[in-house]
Amino acid sequence: MLEQAELTPVPMLVALHRPTRRGLRRFMRNRSAVFGAAVVGVLICAALLAPFLPMANPDRIALSRRLQPLFSPGYILGSDHLGRNLVSRLVWGARVSLVVGFVAAGLALSVGATLGILAGFYGGKVDNLLMRGIDILMGFPEILLAIAVVAALGPGLINAMMAVALANVPFYARGIRGAVLLLREGDFVEAARSVGANDRRIISRHLIPNIVAPMVVFLSLNIGWMITEMAGLSFIGLGAQPPTADWGTMLADGRAFITVAAHVATVPGLAIFALVLALNLVGEGLREALDPRSQ
Amino acid sequence: MGRYIARRAVWVIMVLLGVSVLTFIVMHLTPGDPAQILLGPMATPEETARLHQELGLDRPLVVQYVVWLGHVVRGDLGRSITLHRPVLEEVLIRFRATLVLTAGGVVLAFGPGILLGVMAARWQGSWVDRFSTVLTAAGVSVTPFWYGMLLIILFSLKLRWLPGTGMYSPAGQQTLPDLLVHLILPAVTLSALPAAVITRVTRTSMVDALRGDYVRTARAKGVDERGVAFRHAFRNTLVAIVTVMGLEMGFLLAGAVYVEYVFSWPGVGLMMVNAILTRDFPVIQGGVLLVATTYVLINLLSDVLYAALDPRIRFV
Repeated sequence: MLEQAELTPVPMLVALHRPTRRGLRRFMRNRSAVFGAAVVGVLICAALLAPFLPMANPDRIALSRRLQPLFSPGYILGSDHLGRNLVSRLVWGARVSLVVGFVAAGLALSVGATLGILAGFYGGKVDNLLMRGIDILMGFPEILLAIAVVAALGPGLINAMMAVALANVPFYARGIRGAVLLLREGDFVEAARSVGANDRRIISRHLIPNIVAPMVVFLSLNIGWMITEMAGLSFIGLGAQPPTADWGTMLADGRAFITVAAHVATVPGLAIFALVLALNLVGEGLREALDPRSQ
Repeated sequence: MGRYIARRAVWVIMVLLGVSVLTFIVMHLTPGDPAQILLGPMATPEETARLHQELGLDRPLVVQYVVWLGHVVRGDLGRSITLHRPVLEEVLIRFRATLVLTAGGVVLAFGPGILLGVMAARWQGSWVDRFSTVLTAAGVSVTPFWYGMLLIILFSLKLRWLPGTGMYSPAGQQTLPDLLVHLILPAVTLSALPAAVITRVTRTSMVDALRGDYVRTARAKGVDERGVAFRHAFRNTLVAIVTVMGLEMGFLLAGAVYVEYVFSWPGVGLMMVNAILTRDFPVIQGGVLLVATTYVLINLLSDVLYAALDPRIRFV
């Protein structure tokens, strides 16, 4: 398990460049990455502007107009089993998926990075203790850990978010520890120490700037996965609860009607797929742009 | 090699103890007092206290854990609150179904994944390579439950080629052909993500291997391309494949939850989801323990395989 865990993406990314203008230029030359960034951008704008867009209320029930097919008047993407407009629900659902995904990733990153930096920088007993804890967390398959935590906390959007974040902490902690271990031996750390810099200064001025690039890449590759997982928990009834318009719950609602109105389930699923694919393309693009080996 | 395996085995026991502690603690964090739940809202404090004593809930947490672990080691996972039967019986029946599904996923993830990865590396830049790039990008991004539903809509509802629910036909003998027909769609769904990851890892590692000095030497000696690819480069690619095997097996075992849910496949995942919704904690606990233990043991196996394939590992 040890050997395998060393293969999490972050340690291999230690040699990444700091984000620079040149990195940005390289990113912009990557067509699929730019396409991904555009899709993510459009979805973020739609989510931000949801209250101001000329759309029906996402929760307004109209039983006489239930299960409208695609492209029907007033319902471009049709309506669900309660006659709610799928376009509005999709746009409002984007808010939930995006916020939850980014917050979960942010939580996992901040907790994981703190643990990883502490373990990697101080080594010895601190490292041993923290890493044994991480090993035990990694004794659970990641999805199972998230589900077990939701089981304990009880179903709900916030609880599911915490669970997904916690289940991903080990990967961040492991990876960042690996990066710090390598950097700690660097000449620049030695130099800083010899001119009298204390631990805090070395960590904040010398270590953290050097792990920003791998963290950004890992984060961007991980957010898509977290959004998938959150949608999955909502789908099986452990995440967002009705009537919240969330892509996972919309998918679950549509599942009961796939025999009569398949689009009610396929449309939100397509939205999740598009968002996750776009985020992954951005992540891959960032990695290639910041990797000196691909120059 | 023997010493290496022994060291890993001791380590695995430590991790399993940790897993059991964590499972125990997590299930004790849950809001609500089991005695209160069993007795209902009309219970007097005296009755609650008596039940606490009977169930051992008044003792220190450490004692409760040791007692519980003693039962677990002897195969006693407690009784299900909703099913009124021993958890172990239920979990083992369900686990068989999950293993069948996971095995199907393994075959479909590793076989095509390795083949496509090798082909993409051998013919870099060709249409096979480009095809594999698109396929893996889609594979790592696709949501398993949505993909599963698409397959059901297409192959079960529209074309009526394959069944989309359950493990066997409701009326009829539980035969192997019947099982295999029911297994196709769930296994395809489950394998999408691991297949994509394995294709990527195989391609990257194979590309690296084909650049190695020993490959140049082999070519110089006159070994044909096929021999170079399979006898020389591919053998070194195996190390990378075994390395991701552990993680991917974890995905196959636990990711089965979503697939089981979509296809009503009667496995551990579906059982746990139902148990969570009915707050049947002994069942959740049993399921979590069993899946985590299997995962840890698979990782031990992959470590041993890894050491067998790469002699440099043994002395680390």
